[in-house]
Amino acid sequence: MDGFPILSLMMAVPMAGAIACLFVGANSARWIALIATLVDFVLGMALWANFDQSGSGAQWQFQEYAPIFGKFAWALGIDGIALMLIALTVFMMPICIGASWNAINKRVGEYMAAFLFMEVLMIGVFTAQDLYLFYIMFEAGLIPMYLIIGIWGGADRIYASYKFFLYTLLGSVLMLIAMMWMVHEAGTTEIPVLMAYNFDPHVQTWLFLAFFASFAVKMPMWPVHTWLPDAHVQAPTAGSVILAGVLLKMGGYGFIRFSLPMFPEASASLAPLVWGLSMVAVVYTSLVALVQSDMKKLIAYSSVAHMAIVTVGLFAFNQAGIEGAMMVMLGHGLVAGALFLCVGVIYDRLHTREIARYGGLSINMPRYAVLFLFFTMASVGLPGTSNFVGEFLALMGIYQASTWVALVCTTGIILGAAYMLYLYRRICYGEQVNADAAAMPDLSGREIWLLAPIAAVVLWMGVYPESFLKPMRPDIRALEARLAPAAPEGDSKIKMGAPKPAGEAHHEEVSAPSHSASGEAH
Amino acid sequence: MIDSASLLAVLPELILTAGGLILMLVAAFGGDGTARLVNTLSVLTLIVAAVALSCSLAHGPDAFDGLVRADAFSVYAKALIYAAAAAAILLAPRFFSTDSALRPEYPILILFAAIGMGMMVSAGDMLTLYVGLEMNSLASYVLASFMRQDGRSSEAGLKYFVLGSLASGILLYGISLLYGFTGSTAFDGIAVALGDGVGKGELFGLVFVLAGLAFKISAVPFHMWTPDVYEGAPTPVTTFFASAPKVAAMGLTVRVAIEALGPAGLDWQQIVIFVALASILFGAVAAIGQTNIKRLMAYSSINNVGFALIGLAAGTPAGVAATMSYMAIYVVMTIGAFACILQMRDADGQPVETIASLAGLSQSRKGLAAAFAIFMFSMAGIPPLFGFWAKFLVFDAAVASGLTALAAFGIAASVIGAFYYLKIIKTIYFDEPTGAYEAKGGAVENVILTACAVVIVLGYLLNPVLDQASAAAAASLF
Repeated sequence: MDGFPILSLMMAVPMAGAIACLFVGANSARWIALIATLVDFVLGMALWANFDQSGSGAQWQFQEYAPIFGKFAWALGIDGIALMLIALTVFMMPICIGASWNAINKRVGEYMAAFLFMEVLMIGVFTAQDLYLFYIMFEAGLIPMYLIIGIWGGADRIYASYKFFLYTLLGSVLMLIAMMWMVHEAGTTEIPVLMAYNFDPHVQTWLFLAFFASFAVKMPMWPVHTWLPDAHVQAPTAGSVILAGVLLKMGGYGFIRFSLPMFPEASASLAPLVWGLSMVAVVYTSLVALVQSDMKKLIAYSSVAHMAIVTVGLFAFNQAGIEGAMMVMLGHGLVAGALFLCVGVIYDRLHTREIARYGGLSINMPRYAVLFLFFTMASVGLPGTSNFVGEFLALMGIYQASTWVALVCTTGIILGAAYMLYLYRRICYGEQVNADAAAMPDLSGREIWLLAPIAAVVLWMGVYPESFLKPMRPDIRALEARLAPAAPEGDSKIKMGAPKPAGEAHHEEVSAPSHSASGEAH
Repeated sequence: MIDSASLLAVLPELILTAGGLILMLVAAFGGDGTARLVNTLSVLTLIVAAVALSCSLAHGPDAFDGLVRADAFSVYAKALIYAAAAAAILLAPRFFSTDSALRPEYPILILFAAIGMGMMVSAGDMLTLYVGLEMNSLASYVLASFMRQDGRSSEAGLKYFVLGSLASGILLYGISLLYGFTGSTAFDGIAVALGDGVGKGELFGLVFVLAGLAFKISAVPFHMWTPDVYEGAPTPVTTFFASAPKVAAMGLTVRVAIEALGPAGLDWQQIVIFVALASILFGAVAAIGQTNIKRLMAYSSINNVGFALIGLAAGTPAGVAATMSYMAIYVVMTIGAFACILQMRDADGQPVETIASLAGLSQSRKGLAAAFAIFMFSMAGIPPLFGFWAKFLVFDAAVASGLTALAAFGIAASVIGAFYYLKIIKTIYFDEPTGAYEAKGGAVENVILTACAVVIVLGYLLNPVLDQASAAAAASLF
């Protein structure tokens, strides 16, 4: 695939689809959108298949460069981290289109165009290798999302759309000023070069804070998370899916691509801030989730808690933590997306998000109850599902850096189990108190086809995470090496065990994880 | 003694003068029936004048012993001015024809204004500057009150005239002070005199000159006339006011600040920074409560001028280039937005101006709504639209010259501005339709609209050309 501009093609396909959707009727728009996203999915899988995972090749692959914009260039390229997030994007998109198949019946063409345009921008964010190109893609996502929430959202959609737009815009503009300063300082807009550039540690703090303002809002971290519950509740189902599934990951991607490698010293010195905010987020938003009466709001708050695990993993400054953060991002993208779909399924039938209006659904909707239970368990972090792998690695990583943070964040898992199981009990178990809820039909074929693939991948990720970790490992190792000189000393003082004789094969498994851990301790 | 080569440098103005005078005769003898013919011929005259710009560029920088400049900067600004003027002429007939107020004087007045604007941006002397400014202003006063039967239009013309004269007086007073204390009206001469330190008298002159110019670009605190005039003037005239004279006045301000007042850079820089920030903030905040779209566009133009001035505040070649790029992109957005506003007609074809009447436009006129949204998002500075790039350039220049705090504050204030642009989009896309809308737009309006929208969406491909042209224009000032 050398020289073939597959990344540009992956953006061109949905773009062409978006334009076409604007000019055709409702039904054709649905099919165009579905076909375009499926083609992109196939292209994404081809991308994965052709990606050199050995770690011996170049870090940046599929690079394209065309200096057509004057001060910045159409520079694309991916590493393993970006590859995984692109795979997540192209996987979730056809599902989003499918979820909107019947739920959206006004202005379908514009709706599909907005989603396809969104896909272009998401792939653009993860592939951009030019600082300004990244910013443009990052920021442009506001337009389609504003329209999706505002036109097809719920009753309070206008307030939510404004809040979403202005909140994220205000967060991002300061990042742009920081980017300009960096480009003038380093003399280049190329992200790979900037990732290796050593900025003055004093300035790093300011730059870090400017980027932090943007990514923390996008992530979202406590206390700037308040836009998320509003946006989630008002957005149509597919909008929530894409928001939770992919858009939130832009914040984490930003940390991993910009904040950490570009400002390692500032990241290290401000890590306690991030830890502090994350600890508050884990406990506070979990407790808030516990008392929600609105299903979507509950899942939205749980997203904030999960994203806090991501930030502590990232700011653990070691391989386990960063790998864990990436796995939580991928896992949460799938599971939160699936949970929103599950909410959407019953919302489409009863048109309410009030938890109290449901109950005992496992009697009349057994297939739904099974899938919903599966995703509930995955969200809780049951071993064997994707979230367990990520949360375990992330917490293991942060344990090496700070045992107290690890202690507080681990309570999030317990609280997570509490609010998710409580939600599940109220919806699926118990008496069938509401006659209309009791009369709802079980999943249709289309709905099964939306949820089953996600369930399969969640299981795959939980049972054999190596498929997903392997492409990212060389990049995360490189990031860890970049961070090593600045990484704060941990308080856990992990000691390497005594060297084992080479012959004892059954001890291999035990010593493997402690090897990566010992890298930090000295 | 006029050297004949200098005439080449002002060939565009000569063409416009001759064209304007001949067309006036045509109008005088032919009556109102010739309006459409005169319209077409005026646009042709502007095109020929634009072609003749290459002659003045070939002539070289100075003409008439430094009274007039024919450098890349003036050519760049004039190209923009002519294009905007032509658009303002093209957009007019459909608007005026509903009131049967289509008169041949309209394009002719715009031609005369264009001559004045050309002189403004190519002035090399305070007196050339003043004559050009007055020529443009006189034509503008008449244009503002062009709808003689309409009270609002007459009021706009009168207000514009009274306040404009005041500003001209302030400017002239500043020029006389500068002349008194530096002994010269030529930009070069003033710069030389300021080079050995800025005295009190010179400082006063500088402040008065900048105040007069701030009025012409409608920057805060000299903006008061703008909303009233924009609202009262006929919409095609508002289109014109918001585009071409803005470029001319901004070009003039930049040239005076750099060429004449360059050595006093530190003195005017603080004024420009204040005016820029005040314009951004005031333009954004005051626009929020507006219900009339033309009034809103007036505040939007105040807001935009503030951003453009940030480039000038940087005071570097890159900053000037950014300001000129900003004006180019701004003109495209403004003309596009006004082409949309001109299509705001109720079912009977009568123009409507309230923002509320846009409700549900996206359901009755998909294309128009999309174009409107594109221009509004672009004005708000949201990528990937071209309006973002305009803001990007000025902030980049500010950061490059060390004004990081100014850039950070300005860009944060742009979020306030985004709110009212979003309000329009919200009205168009989220609200349910209230009144019926005219089913079809005019052909000319649609073509101009589409062209502007395409530039705004695909503008980044023009970056290399725009960057080069702006950089060349800026370089000719330093």
